[in-house]
Amino acid sequence: MFNAMRASDLLKSRPEGLYCPPGDFFIDPVRSVERALITHGHSDHARSGHRSVLATQETLDIMGLRYGEDFAGTTQAALLGETTDINGVAITFHPAGHVLGSAQICVERNGLRIVASGDYKRQKDATCLPFEPIRCDVFITEATFGLPVFRHPPDHEEIARVLKSAAQFPERSHLIGAYALGKAQRVMRLLRDAGYDRPIYIHGALAKLSDYYQSQGVDLGSLEPATVESGAKADFTGAIVIGPPSAFADRWARRFPDPISCFASGWMRIRQRAKQGGVELPLIISDHADWDELIITIKETGAQEIWVTHGREEALVRWCELEGIAARPLHLVGYEDEGD
Amino acid sequence: MNRFAELLDRLVLTPSRNGKLTLLTDYFRSVEDPDRGLALAAITGDLSIAAVKPAMLRALVIERMDPVLFGYSCDYVGDLAETVSLVWPQPAGHIPNDHPTLAEVVGKLQAASRSDGPKVLARLLDDASISARFAIIKLVTGGLRIGVSARLAKQALADLGKVDVAEIEELWHGLTPPYTELFAWLEGKADKPRSAALALFRPVMLSNAVDDGDLEKLDHADYAAEWKWDGIRVQAVCEGGVRRLYSRTGDDVSGAFPDLAAAMNFEAALDGELLVGDPREATGTFSDLQQRLNRKSVSPKIQQQYPAFMRCYDALQIDGEDLRALPFAVRRKRLEAFVKTLDPGRFDLSPLVAFPDWEALERLRQAPPHPIIEGVMLKRWDSPYLAGRPKGPWFKWKRDPHTIDAVLMYAQRGHGKRSSFYSDYTFGVWSGPVGAEELVPVGKAYFGFTDEELREIDKYVRDNTIERFGPVRSVRADRENGLVLEVAFEGLNRSTRHKSGVAMRFPRISRLRWDKPAAEADRIETLQALLDG
Repeated sequence: MFNAMRASDLLKSRPEGLYCPPGDFFIDPVRSVERALITHGHSDHARSGHRSVLATQETLDIMGLRYGEDFAGTTQAALLGETTDINGVAITFHPAGHVLGSAQICVERNGLRIVASGDYKRQKDATCLPFEPIRCDVFITEATFGLPVFRHPPDHEEIARVLKSAAQFPERSHLIGAYALGKAQRVMRLLRDAGYDRPIYIHGALAKLSDYYQSQGVDLGSLEPATVESGAKADFTGAIVIGPPSAFADRWARRFPDPISCFASGWMRIRQRAKQGGVELPLIISDHADWDELIITIKETGAQEIWVTHGREEALVRWCELEGIAARPLHLVGYEDEGD
Repeated sequence: MNRFAELLDRLVLTPSRNGKLTLLTDYFRSVEDPDRGLALAAITGDLSIAAVKPAMLRALVIERMDPVLFGYSCDYVGDLAETVSLVWPQPAGHIPNDHPTLAEVVGKLQAASRSDGPKVLARLLDDASISARFAIIKLVTGGLRIGVSARLAKQALADLGKVDVAEIEELWHGLTPPYTELFAWLEGKADKPRSAALALFRPVMLSNAVDDGDLEKLDHADYAAEWKWDGIRVQAVCEGGVRRLYSRTGDDVSGAFPDLAAAMNFEAALDGELLVGDPREATGTFSDLQQRLNRKSVSPKIQQQYPAFMRCYDALQIDGEDLRALPFAVRRKRLEAFVKTLDPGRFDLSPLVAFPDWEALERLRQAPPHPIIEGVMLKRWDSPYLAGRPKGPWFKWKRDPHTIDAVLMYAQRGHGKRSSFYSDYTFGVWSGPVGAEELVPVGKAYFGFTDEELREIDKYVRDNTIERFGPVRSVRADRENGLVLEVAFEGLNRSTRHKSGVAMRFPRISRLRWDKPAAEADRIETLQALLDG
């Protein structure tokens, strides 16, 4: 028997990102490289300017919408569950449940299998395919919400709170801050699932991506631009408006009558976070795994070794130690949780 | 329990008074007895539950989870109650009791003995949702800290029943949780509760400010004038051996002033101002009075150094006779005779101020004989004592506010209608040696300007931001650059909490001094002189 290759020979961190020496490719590199494999379309994972990109069709489409059609030299669409060979390394994409098109990337060589999960969550989400646990030797997990305090409640309960507030304060408008890719569309979809059938007003920054979701069969109902031309202040009375969080501090928000500021994010679990941000109605809706999801996922992968990246690595590493699972932080730089 | 927890979560993040009132009235309307009454008692501070110490809470969690992970969690969240509510592990295989009611939770906590208290608490936490756990921990550790005063809660009750808040205040001290008969009356299902309790609060009569041109329409001979003392308006009520000292809004403050309460050995309800000092010798300043405020317990030393006394304005009841319907002139005579019978070290009469015409009174108003006088009161000789703030019978005519020119240093975003505007301003004045002046913050103001001025300041803030911290922007402010604000304020207190050593009372922006160079704004010494004066 030959010794199985060492995991760090198959994937290692470099300043550009996670690198596979035998395959000569990077996963989610933060700088321009020859060959990039991309897990999902959030801008901290998907950058423009690579020579070649392998990603799901949806992720490629989203990159095209965000950066223009010439965002990379060449592109190749990865089909979920189908294995591709790159320089003798077997690559398979599996759904990650994070946003539309998001995928985990399974890297396998000489019987050693590492899964780079990118960002993921386990709560169901009608706007993307659910996460699939993949048995592997090494599992690379995010840790955005890697502390036992982060417990995301069911998303429909959060949406019910917006609708209750809208009924309590019919003379005001509700402004929901939600990131443009993924969160915004999920919130729209949740509103529809809760029976909200009035038009949802959206900030211009959300239009292209929301149209794309609709074109991919995610029904978001009637979306209208929240422009002054579309109505006077009084027309937004009782309205639900969705925009990127940054817009609410902006003069843009002045067109709405006495708005109640809401923010859909896993960070809203912490009261002080909501308070500091001037958020009146925090909605704990996250596209990242919470503490319980992180630990259940680690168990389901059966991995003997866990590499922990972006977030609160130390608590998750501690938990693995207590469980007798080898774990170490993987110090990757440049990821800023755009998605939450 | 979950509805109460949700109410707390909303209230703590809702800055506007109207928003809070809507949330409270909706809660009282939709939640049944006795839960709503217990929630009301929790908010007004009238719910008694044996306290649990933070150390014990911590010990309960450590029995259930890894202390290192708990430590990371606490460090991150910063608040023990919140951390525990989030990390509390549900016991394996435990099926939570189907949403306990607030009444069940309160009942179990109140029935728990000292020794089984922690076990009862743990069991309740096992059964609760995250928000409910937070609410339960807040109940047992004391102090909800949700930014709702007892007064606001009473206003919500008034809104619910469409009655005057004075009616609620008058009833309040005769009622006990869970206030079933109060809610029944507010919902029109029963008569107004009649209370047999003694020494109840009588709603206070308030005055309106004198506006431009008001006095010209009035005959000065119709009015008595007296000094407006800058202490705390109180009502001393003694009835059948029950003694209570109430604040203006009907909160019982007897506990904070045991020295004054001890001298309340009469049968009457008196209206007056609480001050410190010995009325026969000297009246203390507002800074002196502050030594007695917001204290949980008052040491004998402080009581001796800053004795409390009451300067009487009016008599509402004497020896069982309700005087409120009588004219002020008659009540005043009765008061004068009555105060003579009281301990002269603890009670005196607020003197009337004689004046031949409005001009003479104006001169007295501008130059009052004592620093703790903040203006004059005008009371119609024929006015009965009415609850609330009727227009006409009583006026307050304050001395002109102090003003200072300060430089805008920080601006914070507002809420609601102002959520996209930088509308809360921290301003400073110059300190330090000539040539090396520095701005030191002296106050914060968020009103006094027009909507148009708000837009102008907002633009200025956005154009001159040098740093951001969350919703706060630091604005360029040095000797050459800066926006000068004329700030009006009622008075100045010494403060150990502020770097400048001073804290303003009722600061507001009175003018924008676009014309004035920042270097010409006032210096800290100007304020210090006011403090010493």
